[in-house]
Amino acid sequence: MTTAPPLHIDSLVKRFGSLTAVDGVSLEVQDRECLGLLGPNGAGKSTTIRSIVGRVQPDSGTVRIFGHPAESPEARDAIGWVPQEIALYPLLSCRENLDSFGRYQGLSGKHLTQAIDWCIQWATLADKANEPVKQLSGGMKRRLNMACGLIHRPRIVLMDEPTVGVDPQSRNNIFEMIEALRAEGMSIIYTTHYMEEAERLCDRIAIIDHGKVIALGTRDDLVRQSFGGRSDVVMRIQDPDQKAAAWTESRKGTYDGQVAHFSIDQPTEIAALLDAATHNGLEVIDVVLRRPNLESVFLQLTGRDLRE
Amino acid sequence: MIFAIVRTSFRALRRDRGAFILSFVLPVAFFSIFAVIFGQTHDTTPRVSVAVVDEDQSIASQRLVAGLEREAALNAFTAPKAKAGQPQQPNYTAQSAEAGVKAGDFSAALIIPKGYGAHPMSFGPQSDTANQPQIEILHDSSDPIAAQVLAGMLQKTVMLSMGDVMADQGMQYFDQFSGGLTAEQKKNIDAGLAQYRAYLAKRDQTPSATNNANASLVPVTIRDVVGENKKNPMVSFYAAGIGVMFLLFTASGAGGSILDESDSGALDRVLSSHVSMTTLLAGKMTYCTLLAFAQLCVMFLWGWAVFHLDLWPHLGGFLVMGICTAFAVANFGMILAAVSKTRAQQGAIGTLLILSMSAIGGSMFPRPFMPESIRKAGLFTINGWAIDGFTKVFWYDEPIAHLWQQVSVLLAIGIVLFFVARRFAKRWESV
Repeated sequence: MTTAPPLHIDSLVKRFGSLTAVDGVSLEVQDRECLGLLGPNGAGKSTTIRSIVGRVQPDSGTVRIFGHPAESPEARDAIGWVPQEIALYPLLSCRENLDSFGRYQGLSGKHLTQAIDWCIQWATLADKANEPVKQLSGGMKRRLNMACGLIHRPRIVLMDEPTVGVDPQSRNNIFEMIEALRAEGMSIIYTTHYMEEAERLCDRIAIIDHGKVIALGTRDDLVRQSFGGRSDVVMRIQDPDQKAAAWTESRKGTYDGQVAHFSIDQPTEIAALLDAATHNGLEVIDVVLRRPNLESVFLQLTGRDLRE
Repeated sequence: MIFAIVRTSFRALRRDRGAFILSFVLPVAFFSIFAVIFGQTHDTTPRVSVAVVDEDQSIASQRLVAGLEREAALNAFTAPKAKAGQPQQPNYTAQSAEAGVKAGDFSAALIIPKGYGAHPMSFGPQSDTANQPQIEILHDSSDPIAAQVLAGMLQKTVMLSMGDVMADQGMQYFDQFSGGLTAEQKKNIDAGLAQYRAYLAKRDQTPSATNNANASLVPVTIRDVVGENKKNPMVSFYAAGIGVMFLLFTASGAGGSILDESDSGALDRVLSSHVSMTTLLAGKMTYCTLLAFAQLCVMFLWGWAVFHLDLWPHLGGFLVMGICTAFAVANFGMILAAVSKTRAQQGAIGTLLILSMSAIGGSMFPRPFMPESIRKAGLFTINGWAIDGFTKVFWYDEPIAHLWQQVSVLLAIGIVLFFVARRFAKRWESV
C-alpha cells in the first residue's frame, strides 16, 4: 500500500485577470522534508501557498494534502499555515490568541491547554504569555504568528516568508524554531527570497519565477546543473561603460552594469581574464572567486538578481 | 465554533477600554442628558417670556397688564428686574421692548397703545375698529409658538380679567342696536356692573388670584388617562430611542471588526481553519446581539435606578423587545461591514444611515409629533419598530402577545439582513 505524500501539487494554474500568477506549478513534498520555494517578490510563491491552504481557488490543477483535497476537513487538520502578515488579534494576549486559533481548529479542554503550553515554550514567549500582542516586539509577534499556525500540531506546515522585517537576532531564533520542527520530523514548505535561508533550512529548493518552477532539487544539484564544477568570478571594473559590457560578453560572461560575472573551470583562468581586461584598456579594481550559490543559479537561469 | 468567535470578540472588547466605554458609559450618559431635559416636561410647561408695555395707563389697560402678569403660561415683565440694592428700573417702552425681543431677551413683546382704554374691545364690524388704537405683538420668528401663545393668552385674559369692561361694552352695543334701553334698565345694568366690579376687585386682591388664572369660561378638567400612573413616563421613551441609536452605532463598530481582521490577515487565517464564512458571520452576529442586549439592559437598569423607570413590572416585554431589537441591529452591523470595502467607508456609510434612521425612526424626536409622511417613513427603520414596541410595553402596558407585529418585523429585518450580508461576504471567501 502506497502512502500519500504530505503535499502533491499537479499543474496548478491561477490567473488574476490578465496576470497568470501561478503557471502550471507541479510539486511534491516528501515526508519529513523541508521544501524551499525561492523566488523574487511577485514570482507566485504566496499564491501557490494560498492555493494549498484553500484561500485561493485555482483555475486548474489539483492540490492534495496526504491524498485529501485542499479544502477538505482532513486537509485542514493536517496543514498549518504561517501567513506573511502578522495575522493575530492585537488586543489579545499571546495565550488568548493561541486559545482562539486553537478553538477555530477544533481543539478544546486539556488538548488545547497542552497545545498552548507547547506553543508558548516553542516560541520562547513564556515571560510574555499574558502580554497583549500589540505590546510585543516585531520578532516576538513573528514567533507568535508562527506558533498560531502550529497550535493544532499539523503534519505539514507552510511558512510564507516568516522572517520578513525581523532583526538578525530574531531571525536566528526563528531558524532555531524551524530546525526544532524539522528535528521532530514535520514536513515544511518554506517560501523566501533570501537564498541564505533556503540554503540553511531546506532539503530541496524549487526556484520560482513568473509563476513557473524553473529549477528543482537540492542546493548542490541546482548548482551542479547550472555550473557543473565551475566557479564564479566576480570582477568590478573602474568606470563601467559599453566597452566593459562588450568585453564581458566576448568572454562569455554576464555584465549587470556594475560588475562582470564569469564562470571558470580552474582558478588559474583568473590571471588570463585580468590580462585580457588590461589589454582592452579596462581597469579592474576588485576580483572575487567564489563557489556558485543559489543566487548565482537564479542569475544564471533568469539573468536577474533574486532581490530585483 | 460560534462560541469561540463570541468569546474572542468579548475578550477584545474587554481589552479595548475606549470601545468598552463607548459601548456602555456613553449611551447611559446621553440617555441621562435626554431624560433630564425632557423627562420632567410633563409637569411644568415652559412659560413664554414677554415684555409688556402699557402706553395707555388707563384702568382697562392696567387691568389687562395685571391679568397678563397672573397668567400661568406667561412670564410677563413690565420693567427690568431690579438688582439687589439697586433702584427700580424704569418701565419698558415700545423701543426698549422691541430691542429686548431683537436681542433674544424675550420671546415676544406686547404694546398697549395710548387710547386703548377708550375702546378696550370691539364686538362690531371691523370697520368700526379700524381707526382705533390696536394692541401690537412683537415677536421673533425663530420662536413661532410664542406669538400664538401670547395672542391666545391675551384673549383669555381679556375674557377672564375684564369681564366688566366686556359687559359694559356689550351693553353699549345693545343700547345702540336694540332701539335704546330704558332709564330703569340702564340703572339696573349699572348696579349689576358695579357689583361685578367690586367682586373682581376683591378677587384680584386675594392671594389665590393666581390660581384663578388657570380658570376658563367653560369649566374643563384635563386628565392624562395613560401617563397619570407613570412614575416618569418620558424616560422609557428616551431609554428606547437613545438606546436603539447607540445600539446601531455599537453594532456598526463591532461588525466592522471583520474589516480589521481582513486587513491584518487574521480573517484569512480564521477561514483557513475549520471556521466557515457562515459560522464566522453567525459568531460575529451573536456577539453583536449579546453586546447590544447588554447595552440595553445597562441603560434600562440605569433608568430604573436613577429615573424611576417602571422596569420590573414590564420585565417580560423588555426582554422580548430587547432581544429582538438587539438581533435586528446586530445584523445591520453585519450588512454594513459586508458591503463596505474599508473601515473608513463603513464608518461614513454607517454614520449617515444611523443618523438618518434615528431621525426618521423617532430616536431623536417622538414620532407622534412628526408629519404623517415622516411617520410612515419611520416604519422603514429599525428604530421606528423598536421604539413602537418599547412604547407598547412601557407606555401602554400592553401584554407580550400584543408585541407580535414589532417582534415579527424586527426578526424579519434581522434574518433578511443576515442573508444579504452572507451573500456580500462571499468576497472574503477564496478568490
